[in-house]
Amino acid sequence: MARVHKPVDEHYSEAAAGSRLALGRLLTLVERGGPEADQLSELAHQDTGRAHVVGITGAPGAGKSTLTGQLVHRYVDAGRRPAVLAVDPSSPLTGGAILGDRIRMYDVSEVETGQGAPAPDDMSADRRPFIRSMATRGHSGGLALAVPLAVRLFDAVGYDPVIIETVGVGQVEVDVVGAADTAVVVATPGMGDAVQANKAGLLEVADIFVVNKADRPGANDVRRDLELMLDLSHMTGLDTMERGDADYRPPIVMSSALDGTGAENVIAAIDDHLVYLGQSDRLRRRREHRVRTEVRARLKQALDRRVDDLLATDEGRAMVAKAEQADLSPTEVATALLDILFE
Amino acid sequence: MSESDAPIRVVLAKLGLDGHDRGLKIVARILRDAGMEVIYLGLRQTTDSIVAAAEQEDADAVGLSMHNAGHMTLAPAMVGALRAAKLTCPVIVGGIVPDDDVEALLDAGVAAVLGPGASASEVAQVVRDAVAAAEASDDATVGGSKVET
Repeated sequence: MARVHKPVDEHYSEAAAGSRLALGRLLTLVERGGPEADQLSELAHQDTGRAHVVGITGAPGAGKSTLTGQLVHRYVDAGRRPAVLAVDPSSPLTGGAILGDRIRMYDVSEVETGQGAPAPDDMSADRRPFIRSMATRGHSGGLALAVPLAVRLFDAVGYDPVIIETVGVGQVEVDVVGAADTAVVVATPGMGDAVQANKAGLLEVADIFVVNKADRPGANDVRRDLELMLDLSHMTGLDTMERGDADYRPPIVMSSALDGTGAENVIAAIDDHLVYLGQSDRLRRRREHRVRTEVRARLKQALDRRVDDLLATDEGRAMVAKAEQADLSPTEVATALLDILFE
Repeated sequence: MSESDAPIRVVLAKLGLDGHDRGLKIVARILRDAGMEVIYLGLRQTTDSIVAAAEQEDADAVGLSMHNAGHMTLAPAMVGALRAAKLTCPVIVGGIVPDDDVEALLDAGVAAVLGPGASASEVAQVVRDAVAAAEASDDATVGGSKVET
């Protein structure tokens, strides 16, 4: 709904008490950014830190949504209450988007939990998963702000795990998955050899590899290529650069998400990774990294706004005109504007 | 961001046993290219699954494609299910609906009916108008105490 008739804190209380309607509306505010989102950020902050945040990424068509649907089913069966944030790209031309991830998990948002429908006055007993589609909406900084806030909101109102699903293209998408507690990279047969795998920046963020469509020819080749790549990461020291611990080797799990084969093993690998993180201060360090990433993104957005404001002033326009007329170089103009910005 | 900048979010679905989804796919593309965010549910949805999606996605509108002559039963059921869940988003029906049925569907709470031959710009405009009308009616219900976002 495009309008919110109640104050943010009322909606937040309702969402925390289990209202899915209120949560849906709050997520709209998160997507939109602005003062309401800022207020929500403060409200949600005190209640976060309980959920296991899982990122799932991979090439288009790798089976991320189908796999996510399988995982969600199993989490619900295990008595957990998962939320999914499914990110899809917007058209750069029109800003529109077709968000088609739900169709791959179409029945999970109303999964029977075996507990019967919750009584109307006990919405906290509602274990149904919550799936939200989010479009990237063009503005590069927007996603970097909206995703972490949406994740904190799901966490704060009691969802666990919180799964972020994105196509592994674009730095922001990779960053949001890389900032999860556990990052799962989905690969498939027939999408190139080890050289292609080395190109993708996804490998550096993976805590778990899933070779999906493992019923197809070539799945074992993909597995072998990934093993080789991990050997090389160890040899070149990349594994220590990224994580600071060379003793961790991402497991490779074979799966066929269409019929659910291997989904149990993916869940086990995700659980194992959380245990691994918890064995030392790794989980804390990873979450600190996530907070730093979000602070940085917010700071950048605030600075962006101030830059836009400055360029819209007479003084700003006059300075830019000097560069346009070649009186000054763009660098000189930018330096002068920077002085104005911080004076 | 101001309110008018936020894209309209539309849930598109086929309700019940009706396999003709080519029209719905075309409508999805039309609305996307008109700058809207389309949450595409596709075939064999139920009123419950559409309500669940509209709630979680905070949809501004629900679009149903109907080609199996079930519209007189299913479309009013859809409106009823959404309202029972306190969702005020308009329901727009597209597909094969005899002229004689249109009035009855509108009386049953369907916001608009789009037939074959509607142009891309008509489709997008009907959705925009239906969303604007629903928001105006929301505001009227809440009266002077509304908090706009």
